[in-house]
Formats: sequence, C-alpha cells, structure tokens
Amino acid sequence: MFKSLAPPEYLATIDTVKCIRCKRCILNCGWGVYSWGGDKVLIATSKCVKCLRCYHYCPEEAIQIHDNPTRFKANACWGYNNIRNIKRQAESGGIPLTGMGSDLPYPILFDNLLIDACQVTNPSIDPLREPMELRTYLGKKPSSVSFVDDKDGHVRLKEKMPPQIKLSMPVMFSPMSFGSISLNAQKVLAIAAKECGIVMNTGEGGLHEDLFPYRENIIVQVASGRFGVNPDYLNAGVAVEIKIGQGAKPGIGGHLPGEKIPLEVARARMIPVGTDALSPAPQHDIYSIEDLRQLIYAIKEATNYKPVSVKIAAVHNVAAIASGIVRAGADIVYLDGFRGGTGAAPTIIRDHLGIPIEHAIAAVDDRLRQEGIRNEASIIAAGGIRSSADAAKAIALGADAVAIATTALITMGCTVCGKCYTGNCSWGITTQRPELTARLDPEVYAERLINLVHAWEHELKEILGALGINAIESLRGNRERLRGVGLDTQTLDILGVKPAGR
Amino acid sequence: MTEINAKGLRFKELNEKIRAAVAKGEKEITVKGVNGQYYIGDGLRGTATIALDGVPGNDLAAFMDGPTIVISGNAQDNIGNTMNSGRVVVKGSAGDVLGYGMRGGRIHVLGDVGYRVGIHMKGLKKQSPTIVVGGKAGDFFGEYMAGGVLILLGLNEKDGATLAGDYLGTGMHGGAIYIRGAVDKGFCGAEVGITEPDAEDLATIKEAVGEFCKDFGLKPEEVMKKPFKKLYPASLRPYGNLYAY
Repeated sequence: MFKSLAPPEYLATIDTVKCIRCKRCILNCGWGVYSWGGDKVLIATSKCVKCLRCYHYCPEEAIQIHDNPTRFKANACWGYNNIRNIKRQAESGGIPLTGMGSDLPYPILFDNLLIDACQVTNPSIDPLREPMELRTYLGKKPSSVSFVDDKDGHVRLKEKMPPQIKLSMPVMFSPMSFGSISLNAQKVLAIAAKECGIVMNTGEGGLHEDLFPYRENIIVQVASGRFGVNPDYLNAGVAVEIKIGQGAKPGIGGHLPGEKIPLEVARARMIPVGTDALSPAPQHDIYSIEDLRQLIYAIKEATNYKPVSVKIAAVHNVAAIASGIVRAGADIVYLDGFRGGTGAAPTIIRDHLGIPIEHAIAAVDDRLRQEGIRNEASIIAAGGIRSSADAAKAIALGADAVAIATTALITMGCTVCGKCYTGNCSWGITTQRPELTARLDPEVYAERLINLVHAWEHELKEILGALGINAIESLRGNRERLRGVGLDTQTLDILGVKPAGR
Repeated sequence: MTEINAKGLRFKELNEKIRAAVAKGEKEITVKGVNGQYYIGDGLRGTATIALDGVPGNDLAAFMDGPTIVISGNAQDNIGNTMNSGRVVVKGSAGDVLGYGMRGGRIHVLGDVGYRVGIHMKGLKKQSPTIVVGGKAGDFFGEYMAGGVLILLGLNEKDGATLAGDYLGTGMHGGAIYIRGAVDKGFCGAEVGITEPDAEDLATIKEAVGEFCKDFGLKPEEVMKKPFKKLYPASLRPYGNLYAY
C-alpha cells in the first residue's frame, strides 16, 4: 500500500526498561496502536489519537505520547493541519470528518468578559450562610401577572401558568444520541441529571428502555431523521425539542457513521445495521416559520401541550430567526454556538460556519426584548461552555440556562481527542463496541459528573454572592454586571457591555 | 357511532371532541363538515375508525398509533408524519411529504400524491410501514428511504407511462419501492438499483395491493395483471466513500 504522505500526528513510545509486559496497553487501546511482538509491545503509532487511555492504565508509567516532532516545516500560512488535510484529501478524495468543537484559535469572547463584584458601597453575600437561589424555570411566562386572595387567605396567581421545566440550577446536558454516544454514557447523564435536579436530552436516536426511570429528567428530541420518534417517546420526557441545527455543523444534517450502528442502535432508529444514519440537512416539512409552527403544534397536540424547544445553530441572522421561532409558538429557543461539539461533522463545516454563542445570546436577547416577546420563550445557550464562569457570563448576557456536553464527557474520561466519528473511543463514550462501552460503569462515572455539577453550583453561588445578589434571576440579562477587556467598540456594542474602567 | 360536526371548530376543539369520543370507547366516529383543520388524529391511539367528510388540513394522523382514518375526498400535506401504526385511506388525491419518517401502519391514496412522499420511512422486520398510491407521484418519491414499502400503481395510466417524478429513491438505504409500470433509470437517484421482483417481493406486493383494493372496492387480480419493477438500495452506505477518516 502507498504510504501516507502525512506523517503521524503523535508518537506513542514505551520505555522498554520500565515496561513489565503486562499488555494492559494492548487491551485498553481501542485504536489498535499496540500489539504483542513475542517479547515486547509493538507500536503502530500512526493509529494513535492521543486519547491517553494507555497512559492512564499503564501501571509503570512507561508510556509517553508526544506530538510528532517530525512535522512539515513550520509556516505561518501553511499550518500543519492545512498541509495534512490536503494530503489526506489527495489520498482519499473524501471530506475529512472530525469530532468535538472547533479547535481553531477563533476569539473566545467569554475570555474577554469580566464579572463585577461588590466592594464597600454595596454588600456582598456569603453564600455558605445565606440562602442563594439558582432554581430556574424554562418555558413561556405570562406577559403580566395578577393575584387573587383565596378564601383561606392564600394568595394565588390569577393567570394560568404555561407548562415549565423545573431545573435546580441553570445548567443542563446538551443532546447526545444513543448511537453517537454509548448507552452507558447516556446512563451517566441520566443518573446525574436526576440526582442534580436538572435534565439530559436524548438527542435524535430514540429513548432506550433503560432510561425510562429517568423520564422526569429527560427532554426528547425530534429531528429530520425522525429516529426513534413515536407517541410514547414524545410523551416520555418533560419536553420535546425540535432540532433544526447544530452549532458544529450549521446547515447540514446529522451523520452517524455505519461503524456506530450495531443491532441495538439500528433497532432504536429503525434502520438497517451498518448503514450511515443520515438526518437530512433540511427537515422537508419545514421550509418556513409557518411550517415550523405546524410541527410545533403537531407535537403539542400529540403531547397534550408539553413545552416545545427549538434548537438552532447560531448563524448570521440568528436574532430574526429566533424571533420567528418564538412567534411560531416555541416555549424554548436553544442556541448552539459555533464552538459547539459534534459526534461527526465535516471539518470544513465545523471550522468555518456559524457565529460564536456570545454574540448570538446578546443579539437574540436584544431582539426579543425590542419586540416585547422575551417572556414568550426561554433561551438556552450552548456551544463551548467550559466552566461555571462561562455559564454565569452567558446568563448575564441574556440566557436563561446553559447546556453542556463536552464538559460532561470530560468527566467520563474524554480528553477531547476529537475522533468521536470513528466509533473507537477507548473510554467507552463515543463507541458502540461492547468491549469498549463496558468500561464505562454508569454508577461510577455518574458520581464524577454529579461532583462537577455540584462544584459548578457552589461556584455560581459564590459568583452571585460576590455580585451581592441572591438569585440567578437577578443576573439574567444583567449586562451591567459585565465588563469587556480588549474588545473593540463594535463588539462591545453588540454584546451590550461596557469596557472595563467605565 | 358518534357524529361530530366540525363546522367552525378550531383544530384543538375538534381533536378534543374526537379524543373524548375515542376515550369513551366509541369505535365508529363520523366527522362532518371538515374544512382544512390541521392535526386531525394527531398522536391518537386505539382502534377507532374515523370517517372524515370534507378536506382535512395538514399533518393529519401525525404520530398516530392505531386508529383508521377514512377521507371521503382529497387530503393535504404531511399525512402520516411519523405515524406509528394505524391506517389512513384517502379516496381522492393527497399533497406533499406523505408518511415522513413513517414507522408503521398503512396509507392508501386512490388518486395522485405530491412531492417527497415516503421520505425517510423506517422499518424493522416486525414493524414496517406501507404506502400504496393508486395514481402517480411527484419528485423525490422514497427519498432517504430506510425501510418499509412504497407502491405506485398508476391505475389509470397507459402502458409505458412514467409514474414517478425525478430523483426517485434518492438517498435510499433500506426498504423497497415497487412500481407498476416503466422506470427510467435517468430519473432515479444514484443510490437506487432496479430489478424484477422475486417471489418474496410479489407476496409483499400482493398482500399490500389486496389491502389497498379492500378500501376502494377494486379487484386485486386486475391490479396484479401488469408487471411491477422493484427499486432497492444499491448500497447500505450510499455515502460511505464521501468521507476521509
């Protein structure tokens, strides 16, 4: 076979003096990098993706994975990945696929925003000793409220409150389907969502029966492929989400490679084993806001009016589109920013289409306020929320809640190697190979994810305390409490944020 | 037997009345004066038969799971959107995007149908949807088809007439399309293979045509006299070579 002209990205090395020939690396690598050569471990380094599974399971720390120093000559214009992709395309004629969010150095505006704090003239609050409210309700809110006194002296809301999703804190897990991730990974999300009083999202791949006990903490998704959608499914969760687009691949459809479609996934999706599960780019019943309204109400009719969320990728005209979505009757608008993750997307799409979530939140929140319909729907922001600080900044910009996926996967062992589309994930997350998925014990890893969510909860409370406010509601859309550093006037204007020092 | 007058009712009120009748255990429901109401029978379960007099609106029988809906005249778009089981009978013609993501049950249309019929239909061995169309179909018939059976009869067409539009079976990766008449390869998606139906296919066609004829008082022997062509997915992974790993 013609040897690839693209040198391997990583060099896997084993210190043969330290190595005790236990073969754990051979067993653990889902990529087939290691094999047994009779007296030592042989290394096929071109298969290595630097997921570090072998490193973690080597009892002697004999393994090191280096970025391959043999690279193309450094060139500020013709970067390593530019040259490598050209060579790969020359060899295959195909579209390079990728997983996870874009790794290109586009500006991350969260890193140019700083949060206010109280000093002297207004008191901060100690969240450890004073009540601090993070509870969040997602759904339509009445445009005004009035109260009546009950006979027994209780005050009651006069208006009928539309259906709401109750979250203990403004964080949820983003959609990841059974197929894109393993059932065990979905179980981790479900167990953690239940324990933390938040929700997970099935993505477009049906709802496995093992997740039925978690229905109070599940949002089910309907997308163009209609995988796994039936009346039981629609009614299984607390809300239904219509997926129009995904931040990592705006304007193109879902793509679950055949490698990740064994019998069980095929059954859940009602498609042949080993085929590529393609969700068409357009939903062919939705060509307009009116058509979207039709699907929203078809779902509401089938579910006795559960909340309906509409998920879109953040694109140039996102504010006008979001306004249309709200007017179409959606209870929630889910915005997925440019840096959002994916199980499989063409690299060229992931890296070059869409807009960052920070701009999208500000633009949509502004537009809905200007039109007087901000109360008609909640905004969920996703796409590269890496920490509770990102979450707090997103909320201050105008989101009601944030959704996290990559963050949740990292708690399960993911190292963001970006090879989710191959179905070889050595951590048992983005694979359907039974010997790999068995590694992910749902109970054990759920504990780690629960820890993360609780840590973020404490951090959010600390941030609120420093701001001198005791409810997340007071931070929502409160851009006065943000300041920009190193941002130009126009960006500050779009974000509705003053520069630091003003 | 319950009769509902749909005149002046909005879809929500009409569906509430139909659901209440079904909940009471009513097996035969007639709805008079249907005039474009959307979502009739949406998400409805049970085994009732609902006869509609008039022209119902879009998304009829969406997510439906069990009942039979019989439409005396024409129907509009999106019938049987993600329908799970049950039966829809249209005595006239129907519009675009019929049986989108359909998972089970039958849709029988005596007349013609519009674009993108049977798009992304699903199917497992035990649960497989069937759409039979008596007339002709528009472009993109059976697009992205992943399972189930689509049959196009062209009952009133001359021999050799083309029954489906362009891009027939584009993106097909499962299921089968049977066409009673000529198929021009030039109008088919690149992912489609064309062949003569074998004995198993003929049994499938016969069964489906038998059910179709029952609904419209036609003679299945007459319909089966003309030969069928079978369209099948040429590859499980029509786009498998599109990507570099």
